[in-house]
Amino acid sequence: MRYSGLQVLAQGLMGNRGWKPVWRDPEPKPAYDIVIIGGGGHGLATAFYLAKEHGLGNIAVLEKGYLGGGNVGRNTTIVRANYNLPGNSEFYSHSLKLWEGLEADLNYNVMHSQRGVINLFHSDGQRDAYARRGNAMINQGDDAILLDREGCRRMLPYLDYDQTRFPIYGGLYHPRGGTARHDAVAWGYARAADRRGVDLIQQCEVTGIDIAGGKVTGVQTTRGAIRAAKVAIVVAGRSGQVAAMAGLRLPVESHILQAFVTEGLKPCIDHVVTYGMGHFYISQSDKGGLVFGGDLDFYASYAARGNLPMAEHVMEAGLTLMPMIGKARVLRSWGGIMDMTPDGSPIIDKTHVDGLYIDCGWCYGGFKAVPGSGFSFAHLIATDRHHEPAARFRLDRFRRGVLLDEEGTGSQHNLH
Amino acid sequence: MRITCPLCGDRDSREFSIRGHETYLDRPAPDAGEAAWDDYLHLRDNPAGETAELWYHGAGCAAWLRVRRNTVTHEVLKVDLVRDVTGGDHAD
Ligand SMILES: Cc1cc2nc3c(=O)[nH]c(=O)nc-3n(C[C@H](O)[C@H](O)[C@H](O)COP(=O)(O)OP(=O)(O)OC[C@H]3O[C@@H](n4cnc5c(N)ncnc54)[C@H](O)[C@@H]3O)c2cc1C
Ligand SMILES: [Zn+2]
Repeated sequence: MRYSGLQVLAQGLMGNRGWKPVWRDPEPKPAYDIVIIGGGGHGLATAFYLAKEHGLGNIAVLEKGYLGGGNVGRNTTIVRANYNLPGNSEFYSHSLKLWEGLEADLNYNVMHSQRGVINLFHSDGQRDAYARRGNAMINQGDDAILLDREGCRRMLPYLDYDQTRFPIYGGLYHPRGGTARHDAVAWGYARAADRRGVDLIQQCEVTGIDIAGGKVTGVQTTRGAIRAAKVAIVVAGRSGQVAAMAGLRLPVESHILQAFVTEGLKPCIDHVVTYGMGHFYISQSDKGGLVFGGDLDFYASYAARGNLPMAEHVMEAGLTLMPMIGKARVLRSWGGIMDMTPDGSPIIDKTHVDGLYIDCGWCYGGFKAVPGSGFSFAHLIATDRHHEPAARFRLDRFRRGVLLDEEGTGSQHNLH
Repeated sequence: MRITCPLCGDRDSREFSIRGHETYLDRPAPDAGEAAWDDYLHLRDNPAGETAELWYHGAGCAAWLRVRRNTVTHEVLKVDLVRDVTGGDHAD
């Protein structure tokens, strides 16, 4: 069923009894041309672009839980293209352009809201660094405006401009940045892939990868063996375990990242705002909840929940920056398992096994990358050639010493 | 999460900072080659379950510790002084 305003009206008049399930629930077939392991944002987008851009049909996405139950449904939904390094800049720029056409592409409302991202800075040195980043963004063809203190005050009157410890000098404003409804992105891609014939198979955990003579031949799952000519690993925090099924050791360590949401409030925070001197960033969801988060807990974890010290740190940083949120009550907090690489940049590459591909290492920035990653990974799987905007996300760049260290913090998994 | 330092006793994890997997104890020779350095700096087993890491008791005795921990439950299983693990010969 194609969605449209007319449909909504017609269904409303008929008591909403005509809506159909959004995707099928097929039994796994014994064989596919392409099997995608992982039904998160990246896996679903990869399936969609394989079908749409490359006309491929015989594809399955295998998900051990339910679609959208991983990080794609746990993130704080920031979508931006404000990267600095060649290699990252062009990739995120491409991804943002796909976001801008996504709702039409998917025939689905993902509530993409280009409300603007403002990164605050608090010293002369930080201003210089953001000015440079802004220039890199403009060179890439994206948008960036350097705000001074008064410019910030006009847009963000609620910040504490009087604090003396970390005074607000200004901010880098990225008008095309914003947020999207995370679940809707998973559902939108799932529905669009299903409509193009992709089998979405839930409750199907991959437990082994079959390889013969250096070539992939299929996967073992909790719902039986499935043969496949090509297999793609897109399992975010579980990348280490699934890659190990093919004898592959990755430059990835899984860490926990927490997020928080308050009770619903009237609209008060119109943009995405990040603090430059503490681990804190915030936006307000359409339901009114303040959605905010900070940094990793810093230790390796698969717990999908964090510890209190980071929760306390995030709240402290938030209150330092915008004391007005102190009265809001936090409703929920949760964690997601992040696939952290030592340079903070992702991997989209082939592996040592013929026909086995991997897309991982998105750290805590992979939501904005969902369209771009799906597009570039589909290109690699379909053509065996790297897609230009993602050509530097190579698995062997660590061994070769060509890191993509956007933050310049060095080669350690928990520093990005 | 609380960590029992062999010297200071049971303490809040905020007193400690983590360096990473205990792999960091096996620093290769400078000329060991790309593969050895790649292993040391980048590649990880990344276990869901028991792991061993290096933690530093900065707000306590300033000792380096090897902490055996479960990454799924956050349970701390065993804590040793790195000095005792390496026989005093800590390469990092
Ligand atoms: C708290 C938090 C905040 C974040 N904020 C942002 C943000 O503001 N902006 C941004 O850009 N990014 C953000 N991220 C990062 C982003 O969410 C992730 O990088 C991205 O969602 C990861 O890709 P994915 O959607 O494919 O992962 P997932 O949704 O985790 O998908 C992986 C899937 O693989 C499945 N799987 C695993 N093992 C197997 C197996 N053996 N067999 C079958 N299936 C398997 C899992 O069940 C899961 O559904 C945040 C993440 C967190 C946790
Ligand atoms: Zn101690």
